[in-house]
Amino acid sequence: MTDASHDRLARVIRQHAGRLAASLMHVTGGDFATAEDLVQDAVLAALRHWPAEGIPERPDAWLFTVARRRGLDALRREANYRTKLAQVRWPVQPGPDERLRLIFTCCHPALPRSARIALTLRVVCGLTTAQIARAFLTSEATVARRISRAKRKITDAGIPYRIPGDDQLAARLTEVLTVIYLLFNEGYLSTAGTARSRDLTEDAEWLAGLLHGLMPNEPEVAGLLTLIRLHRARAGGRFDPAGGLVLLEDQDRSRWDREAIADATRLLTGAARRRRPGPYQLQAAIVACHAEAERWQDTDWEQILLLYDMLLHLAPSPVTRLHRAIAVRYATGPREALAELDALAGELRDYHLYHATRAELLRRLGRPGEARAADRRALELTANPAEQALLRQRAGLGS
Amino acid sequence: MKYVLLFVETEEFAADLDALGPAERERAYERVDEWFAEHADKIRGGAKLRPAETATTVRLDRGEPVIVDGPFVEGKEAVSGYTEIEVADLDEALRMVATWPACPVVEIRPLES
Repeated sequence: MTDASHDRLARVIRQHAGRLAASLMHVTGGDFATAEDLVQDAVLAALRHWPAEGIPERPDAWLFTVARRRGLDALRREANYRTKLAQVRWPVQPGPDERLRLIFTCCHPALPRSARIALTLRVVCGLTTAQIARAFLTSEATVARRISRAKRKITDAGIPYRIPGDDQLAARLTEVLTVIYLLFNEGYLSTAGTARSRDLTEDAEWLAGLLHGLMPNEPEVAGLLTLIRLHRARAGGRFDPAGGLVLLEDQDRSRWDREAIADATRLLTGAARRRRPGPYQLQAAIVACHAEAERWQDTDWEQILLLYDMLLHLAPSPVTRLHRAIAVRYATGPREALAELDALAGELRDYHLYHATRAELLRRLGRPGEARAADRRALELTANPAEQALLRQRAGLGS
Repeated sequence: MKYVLLFVETEEFAADLDALGPAERERAYERVDEWFAEHADKIRGGAKLRPAETATTVRLDRGEPVIVDGPFVEGKEAVSGYTEIEVADLDEALRMVATWPACPVVEIRPLES
């Protein structure tokens, strides 16, 4: 099977897995663990049959039929579900909110974060346990354990299958966005050199898009979707032909997808009109400043500084202050930026980008010895091969 | 679903409570009473416990029963009370706990049905 048809297969499955899960939840009266098992079975069956037989004309009906058959088989002892399941005929029409409920259940804050990501990928995106394990460079057994523990907890602890009430919605939506953002980051930070089988940034974009479709009035959802789209639109310039990481300053901007950047920016403008700014909208606006600059020299650093100040106001964090210090370097100068960085020494001692940024500034200020030491410290602290290569080169350590 | 809320005190919380004047302490107890009154329809029982230093722990996994003075976990945090509640699901329990006005940690544990 070619890569293209593989991608198509994954996309078709993703398109239908969440709907199937939602339908099964409907049928089983909210038995999350059972519905989840049946979806996984159906996805595995599709991955076995479709490559040879081709994708069926109605993939949703096909998946449902398999899940239903398995369900009737597996639920032999549970007459209740069996009867219900036997009575349903495709298409079951889950309401528009059903997948949303599913997402909120998978991302419930009472579950450990790693389990939230794995569950969301399995139930909402239709990934198999093996695919998740490969994407996160971990073992299948670990992922399987995480998922079964989480499912047990959902049942035993009474984690509900519904959209949170108004008093809880904002906080819970933040949790959902965090899951999507972490998923995106995991994909974004992985490099061309690592043998990842799946582009998680694409799954993250799809999930954010789904959520945006389901909650079109939430500007932070649009903000996260914009952020992901802007990053993906610039992906063409991030690596050189050998798979090495290229710094923003040195990227060939003709390889950025200008049309996608313009589309994403329009989405952000629409969200901003709601006048409910939030961390994702602001981060997206910062990335948009970079994305819209024709050349590195055209970057509007003043605007970026302003956006960082707003972001720090809403969501103070030492890492954001580090990024702001980088903007200070270009808006004001390296000496001022270094002073800002020094104030973060305690909090970011173990963060590689703190040391890498410091190295840059020290070199700029004519202190090459200290710069090399900082690069070496950064190198010790990162496990990312592409970042390691870049730092080695800078620290003059060869590769 | 039924859950038990385990109220957990920290040393810091206990010290802060001790430092309160009589009127302030009275007010703090009132807030707890108000919370119980507000959720009376969901509360099925429970009690405040005497302090951890009154606890006695028996270990039965070492041959003969071993009797030890103190709670089963020594630490800066100790269970100081419990309440059994009956609510629809975990979100409703979380909603209740969000407004709990006293000790700084609450564990929500589902009961086996």
